Amino acid sequence: MTTVAAKPATMAQALTRALRDAMAADPAVHVLGEDVGALGGVFRVTDGLAKEFGEDRCTDTPLAEAGILGTAVGMAMYGLRPVVEMQFDAFAYPAFEQVVSHVTKMRNRTRGRMPLPLTIRVPYGGGIGGVEHHSDSSEAYYMATPGLHVVTPATVADAYGLLRASIASDDPVVFLEPKRLYWSKDAWNPEEPAPVEPVGRAVVRRSGRSATLITYGPSLAVCMEAAEAARAEGWDLEVVDLRSLVPFDDETVCASVRRTGRAVVVHESGSFGGPGGEIAARVTERCFHHLEAPVLRVAGFDIPYPPPMLERHHLPGVDRILDAVGRLQWEAES
Amino acid sequence: MTVMEQRGAYRPTPPPAWQPRTDPAPLLPDAEPYRVLGTEAAAHADPELLRTLHARLVRGRRYNTQATALTKQGRLAVYPSSTGQEACEIAAALALEERDWLFPSYRDTLAVVARGVDPVEALTLLRGDWHTGYDPYEHRVAPLSTPLATQLPHAVGLAHAARLKGDDVVALAMVGDGGTSEGDFHEALNFAAVWQAPVVFLVQNNGFAISVPLAKQTAAPSLAHKAVGYGMPGRLVDGNDAVAVHEVLSDAVRRARGGGGPTLVEAVTYRVEAHTNADDATRYRGDAEVETWRRHDPIDLLERELTDRGLLGEDAARAVREDAEAMAADLRARMNRDPELDPMDLFAHVYAEPTPHLREQRALLRAELEAAAEAESGNEPGTGTGPEGTRR
Repeated sequence: MTTVAAKPATMAQALTRALRDAMAADPAVHVLGEDVGALGGVFRVTDGLAKEFGEDRCTDTPLAEAGILGTAVGMAMYGLRPVVEMQFDAFAYPAFEQVVSHVTKMRNRTRGRMPLPLTIRVPYGGGIGGVEHHSDSSEAYYMATPGLHVVTPATVADAYGLLRASIASDDPVVFLEPKRLYWSKDAWNPEEPAPVEPVGRAVVRRSGRSATLITYGPSLAVCMEAAEAARAEGWDLEVVDLRSLVPFDDETVCASVRRTGRAVVVHESGSFGGPGGEIAARVTERCFHHLEAPVLRVAGFDIPYPPPMLERHHLPGVDRILDAVGRLQWEAES
Repeated sequence: MTVMEQRGAYRPTPPPAWQPRTDPAPLLPDAEPYRVLGTEAAAHADPELLRTLHARLVRGRRYNTQATALTKQGRLAVYPSSTGQEACEIAAALALEERDWLFPSYRDTLAVVARGVDPVEALTLLRGDWHTGYDPYEHRVAPLSTPLATQLPHAVGLAHAARLKGDDVVALAMVGDGGTSEGDFHEALNFAAVWQAPVVFLVQNNGFAISVPLAKQTAAPSLAHKAVGYGMPGRLVDGNDAVAVHEVLSDAVRRARGGGGPTLVEAVTYRVEAHTNADDATRYRGDAEVETWRRHDPIDLLERELTDRGLLGEDAARAVREDAEAMAADLRARMNRDPELDPMDLFAHVYAEPTPHLREQRALLRAELEAAAEAESGNEPGTGTGPEGTRR
């Protein structure tokens, strides 16, 4: 058997491959959403699926997000495993009632008899020069809704593995796809995708001793860049990629913070009521005696997502991350 | 020759209109609600169907009065009564085959019970428990839905999935007049029509959304007319005429099963009781109006027909009443027993497996319960139990 060498592949390609493999492996997997058929989705993630599996398996729906998710609930009730595509983060809000009132509660209120194994794919985040309503970071809404798993990949390999795991999960998953990473490339072998692990584990992307950057999705690359730049300042930063916000991997995060004694949470979502507040609280509750400084947050501002011409001022960048690292009370050590 | 010079001779030839363009005429509902009882057509109604409907409606009415009484006694947290609407409730259940699915709203407990669900289990949520009671798959009844109209797209999705799998299953989705104003009503009907899903939508137009009358809810010619905009037939039926409702729904179910697509049925009826026990209907409607509807009672209509045709003897009528009383007695007896509740169940089914942070919270609750149990048994709470035997 020959091994195909890993070639650069995009995150979008890895996601397509994940959908295709899931559909081939399980006839219960159905894809539905706006423009997912002939067009292959506005980000081309469903490219070729309608042709390969037929329009009954990959279905262009009417333009109505509550209807898409609501009918997917009914399909899941009948034993299918729907994967719905919300076209953009901010277009998913009409479906939010279905998420809150039914998707997240059906298993519980039927005492486990009616689980809803469905995956809600949501392209999210900014950095693509999108006009308003195309760049929201809506993860905090989903995190605050019990009954959901909230998953987001930051690498090409994870895009494949986490999407396969999400589709395989018997719980509903909101799968957040960082829009600005769709065309990012990694060496990844689509012929031999990594084995699929269940969701819920964070991973240390870069080991370091000085402080931990806790991040996910679109901000991972920024954090990795910041960690490189920090070397010039004499800081050796560790970077943790959460991969799943729910379940939250306290173990991996806290093990890292206990090693380094300092932490900064980095995300595009706003800081007030955002994921970073929960993460900082969890870290503080569990690692208080190991901390040399308060856990800081580097986040998007608490403003409506800015227009493309100004978004660079909003998004957490390397400098803002390094400034935060600089405020981690280093003077106590000197 | 310039365009200006051509103008006189120009005949526009626009491109053809986008498809689909269909003839709306066959989709239109009748001007008046369809009726059987009290008309000549009643003579052809099947005696067995009449007797069955009558017995089930009497039983349904008794269920409503018993559940309302239990609410006043504090045994139910709330009960939205369907008194006056029993014909819709029972006919909805009887129009379906066993393999079909029912998607009820919160006022449709009677339809749920008529599908075969245990009368006590059907009240689980309404008595204040945390779960829906019955197993939805046992009688193919979705859990009662409280958020208005949100269950309608579920019915469409389930029916669509069944058809994709090659099963000839029909879903019947129930909603009220107020629910037709919700976005999910629109989206569900649109999806159903586009997909030609085997669904029947039953709108029980009982005149009020809590206190708001229909005139403030819609400017449509009738709720049934809304069907036409989606490209499905709308049917208007007297919702207090059990035979008519049964016939119209059975036709719609047959049509859906045969691949003919969805139907919207508007049943014109009346909510004789207040919205729930927590509502005061005297604030928004008069006794005279209620009285008019009481004189058009669904059980009376059936009884008149049965009596006129000599189909309901005194013994039979007594048997029907006794059956309803037996059901009510059983309901009373079982509802007067406190349900067994285990607070730890609150964590059992949120996920297939509890997440780590739910496991922590579950442990917290367990510790609280154990401390409370210990305090109740007379021991000083916490002494000698924890690792350090101390409590703050």
